[in-house]
Amino acid sequence: MYTFDIERPATIAEAVNALGGETMPLSGGQTLIPTLKARLASPDKLVSLAGVSEMQGISLDGGILTIGGTTVHADVATNGSYPALSQLAANIGDPAVRNRGTIGGSIANNDPAACYPAAALASGATIVTNTREIAADDYFLGMFDTALEEGEIVTAVKFPIPEKANYQKFVQPASRFALVGVFVAKTSDGVRVAVTGASNEGVHRWNAAEDALAADFSAAALEGLTVSSDDMISDLHGSPEYRAHLVKVMTARAVSAAS
Amino acid sequence: MTKVTMTINGKSVAGEIEGNTLLSAFLRDDQRLTGTHVGCDTSQCGACVVHVNGRPVKSCTMFAAEAEGAQVSTIEGQANADGSLNVIQQAFQDHHGLQCGFCTPGMVMTTAALLKDNPKPTVDEVREHLEGNICRCTGYHNIVKAIMAASGQDVSAIAAE
Repeated sequence: MYTFDIERPATIAEAVNALGGETMPLSGGQTLIPTLKARLASPDKLVSLAGVSEMQGISLDGGILTIGGTTVHADVATNGSYPALSQLAANIGDPAVRNRGTIGGSIANNDPAACYPAAALASGATIVTNTREIAADDYFLGMFDTALEEGEIVTAVKFPIPEKANYQKFVQPASRFALVGVFVAKTSDGVRVAVTGASNEGVHRWNAAEDALAADFSAAALEGLTVSSDDMISDLHGSPEYRAHLVKVMTARAVSAAS
Repeated sequence: MTKVTMTINGKSVAGEIEGNTLLSAFLRDDQRLTGTHVGCDTSQCGACVVHVNGRPVKSCTMFAAEAEGAQVSTIEGQANADGSLNVIQQAFQDHHGLQCGFCTPGMVMTTAALLKDNPKPTVDEVREHLEGNICRCTGYHNIVKAIMAASGQDVSAIAAE
């Protein structure tokens, strides 16, 4: 690693003040620290968010589950208020990673194979930052790209709890990231289907499946649909055609398992 | 250099660190607690697992500065007060749960965390919990057997496959 300082602010205001120039916010570090070790980033200073008490914890109010940005995966896994989300969190990485990795870090990084972006997009979540609230539909802009401005941090994520939901991940066994992951959420307004791991565009909605499932919420409703392999990720773990096939398979499994 | 203080295995310690000093480096190089091993240094192998405030973490993927004020437990603090092996360590020895021993500190720390939360895990739960701990010698069967034995369960039916 290159050398840098670490600052540990206690409030969001102090954290925001400390950011700027060649600084980077540090949440759980489960992606950032390996990135620093590989010398793919060279900040002068890291601003650790771990001591910001305003960004910690989970609360349920009026059917909205609010999860602080520095809440670790293990705490979401054991919360249980939104079972599909807890199940997703319980299958990220491994136990030690789940004790450090945070929802805010995952949402801010927007790795194209991360799990949380699929949950946020399918649930119609709201991303709360130090300056504003952003609808998930307006937040995820493509692989590793989000609506966050320079120096803006994810302080919380608000999830409206759907009537039924489920997340199915086809695990890439070495990394435990999603080779393809599909989150399905059914509400009184309709059905939302979000796909991660598959596309060069990053997390995205599968609109045709949403329409079919709104009319008939069953795996059979997907049978006539096809998924294009255009723009699907191609790497040694799977071809674009394989990923396209998995999108439909995992969506059907998520619908069947949704509760 | 900044000062960091933490409690390691019940003992209050202080040290001077750089911003980029990893917790694993602080434990090994500054505190000379070399029982915590660094295998891959990329957060995959789990040889560096220690407990921070009671939770297992990979000490190679956490900065020492982030452990300011924390309670840290390492493999050096695991033996019984009289120096004898604790029940997990003894089970690893009894069931040949190690060969070269490099992964063992992380395996023991990960097991201790598992059994605290889930005192009677199933074999499947043990295997799932070991997702982040890699052993290149044993093939895992005897590690799983040792963990089942450490949890007080009958392991006579668990064959070395």
